[in-house]
Amino acid sequence: MLELFGFPGGIKPDSHKEESAGTPIRQAPLPPLLVVPFRQSATGGVDIRVKAGERVLKGQCIGSAEGPFGTCVHAPTSGTVIAIEARTLPHPSALAAPCAIIEADGADAWRERVPLDAYSADPETVRSRIREAGIVGLGGAVFPSHVKMNARIDTLVINGAECEPWITCDDRLMRERAPMIVAGAAIIRHLMGAKRVLFGIEDNKPDAAAAMRTALQTAGHPEMQVVTVPTRYPAGGEKQLIHVLTGIEIPYGKLGPDFGVQCFNVGTAHAVARAVLHDEPLISRIVTLAGNYAWPGNVETLIGTPIDALLALGEPKPDTDRIVMGGPMMGFVLPDTSLPVVKATNCLLAMSPTLFPPPPPEMPCIRCGACTRACPMLLQPHELYWYARSKNFGKTQEYHLFDCIECGCCAYVCPAHIPLVDYYRFAKSEIRAREREKAAADRARERYEFRKYREEREKAEKAARLAAKAAETKAKLAQEGAAAVIAAAQSRAHPEGKDEA
Amino acid sequence: MAYAPHIAQPVSVRIVMLKVLAALIPGIVAYVWFFGPAILVQILLASLTALTAEALMLKLRGKPVLLFVTDGSALVTAWLVALTFPPIVPWWLTVTGVLIAIVVTKHLYGGLGQNPFNPAMVAFCAMIVAYPQLMSQWPRAEMNTFEPMLRAIFASDRQLDAIVMATPLDALRTILRDPEQRATIAGILGSHATFGNIGGRGWEWVAAGYLIGGLWLLQQRIITWHVPVAFAVTLALVATAFNIANPDRFVGANFHLFTGGAMLGAFFIATDPVSGSTTPLGKIIFAAGAALLTWIIRSFGAYPDGMAFAIVLMNLFVPLIDMLTQPKVFGHRRKSDR
Repeated sequence: MLELFGFPGGIKPDSHKEESAGTPIRQAPLPPLLVVPFRQSATGGVDIRVKAGERVLKGQCIGSAEGPFGTCVHAPTSGTVIAIEARTLPHPSALAAPCAIIEADGADAWRERVPLDAYSADPETVRSRIREAGIVGLGGAVFPSHVKMNARIDTLVINGAECEPWITCDDRLMRERAPMIVAGAAIIRHLMGAKRVLFGIEDNKPDAAAAMRTALQTAGHPEMQVVTVPTRYPAGGEKQLIHVLTGIEIPYGKLGPDFGVQCFNVGTAHAVARAVLHDEPLISRIVTLAGNYAWPGNVETLIGTPIDALLALGEPKPDTDRIVMGGPMMGFVLPDTSLPVVKATNCLLAMSPTLFPPPPPEMPCIRCGACTRACPMLLQPHELYWYARSKNFGKTQEYHLFDCIECGCCAYVCPAHIPLVDYYRFAKSEIRAREREKAAADRARERYEFRKYREEREKAEKAARLAAKAAETKAKLAQEGAAAVIAAAQSRAHPEGKDEA
Repeated sequence: MAYAPHIAQPVSVRIVMLKVLAALIPGIVAYVWFFGPAILVQILLASLTALTAEALMLKLRGKPVLLFVTDGSALVTAWLVALTFPPIVPWWLTVTGVLIAIVVTKHLYGGLGQNPFNPAMVAFCAMIVAYPQLMSQWPRAEMNTFEPMLRAIFASDRQLDAIVMATPLDALRTILRDPEQRATIAGILGSHATFGNIGGRGWEWVAAGYLIGGLWLLQQRIITWHVPVAFAVTLALVATAFNIANPDRFVGANFHLFTGGAMLGAFFIATDPVSGSTTPLGKIIFAAGAALLTWIIRSFGAYPDGMAFAIVLMNLFVPLIDMLTQPKVFGHRRKSDR
């Protein structure tokens, strides 16, 4: 039995998992029009590889990765790219970015697929396959997976904790497709040289844990182990899960491999197996429809499917007033439900005033310390709040603002109903903006100082040149003068002016 | 909510305050049992004054009156003022005390959550400095006749001789300091009617009531163990050490813990989150400091009970204590790590 370490703080909100976890994953119908954003990962850029009017096949790369942190983007189905234009993305910023608008032809015809033997192939080939398959962290952070695989580690953690209330896409995936998750974990383990693999699953998902254990037995992986962890939000936070399973505390700014450990979501492991074994890039994902629906459940859907089309499958009840992408603890309200499903869309939570009542009025902080007891990062949320509120950003950094993972535990327990996380997001964005401004100012100052230096240098050089020239002239003149004196003397000696020289 | 999290635990400042009030009830019941219902009159008087003052101040400050008046914080302050003042002080003294607590100590510093000092303790300090005599008249133990106490509160002619008696702390102090009596602790405790089995007669039961309420607050997670444990342990340790060294001059731990404001202070006053320290180590330092000062003032000071002065003095150090006791953040080895 593996020793568990637990993590500080945390909360136990009602899980509400039963509503959507009971039914098998449904397949969403192929929508007539898909909107595929070219930027699908947390980092890196994309080189657009298609033009409007071009025909594409399912799985065809339409945007290739730019730089080491980029990931590829693919056509989710066969059809015609009818336009490439900026569309609003389902992201808290609600900014617009280039998207391919693809009209499906209904044939859903694949490009050629070439399976890869992960164990005989060169590890670099496997990693570039994963990069070219556009695989990013499917827990919601969408960080490029190939970047995280570029290290040697001791322990691989596969995250099946799924601690956010309401969300069940990982739960259903583990119940229904455990062998593929195990296959993906085995590939990642092989790539990173991990000695052991730990599947962390919260103990409120016994069926998922059982399915994973069966899959491990069938596949025969003695180095892999399913570990049920106590149900407590945010047990699925990467740092929290690693700490629970291994006792390692990864501080802000450090990475798992610095401590010999790396963590991937079960959905990511599943996507890795599909990409390597079947050459299927990441063009679909499972989305939980939970909350105020007539038919809650999980749907496998193509990336780029309009969210409206998915909502129609779940049939939101009439009093639904907003849709949250993500869970109730960390998700954000969608500005518009016509936006497309992206790789980060793990849940579409339908909210109603009865299910999610508006918060009571905000009261002053009485420093009761409930937030401190709930903080999994051992921060002092009330101090951070105070300094963020008074715009004392230096102090917020002294109090480790950037260690905050924005899990929302503090705001959840606050008896004064202060939206604490909003204050931290505000402080973080202000600090980042100031750092950008400062960097820009630094660059401007450097440019100015260099120009001044250059001008002075040029002036000095010019002065030196002039001085040299003057000296030369003077010397010449002096020489000429001397010659004239001699000549004069000679002419005095020979008044007739005969030049005898 | 526009931004995450979209769910919240069903707690509120009002619930926290109401639980604190509920936790005071066992102590109040014991109080009424041993010293009659006069304290209820004082609590009522203090509550009405506090709510009125709170409403007026909120109105003046342009804050939502109904929301804040019903948050329960003014009532907590009022009850603590009433419970720390002698139950037979004239009505205007209670009213003035509550006004100092609510108007000056709370609202002039910015209202709920902003006061650096504990309002009830500032009120006590101000009143005992201004009216030392009135603030030292405590009723006789097992004094159950309501009428003379009511007259003491509301009538201008205060005939108190029949009902007033020195408190245990006061009696002990006065006799010990009288060089002619040459009394020892054992002698005093055995002879005087104001002393019970553990602390003061009757008062020991009131303290036990506060202890029960305080333990319930702990169980409800309204307070943490740090403050009451650090307070009680420090007071007990210092008292025991000096009691062993000189048993004739220094009284023991159980007497200190079950007399005067010790229990009320440990569970209800030093635990005030607004004016107290908030880090785990800070809470321990704050409470231990308050306990030490309480013992020093009780043993050597000019006032019989040092609780109020000790708390207010320690309030001064809270920003410094909090700054110096920041706990280690997850993943960081020391607090200075970035």
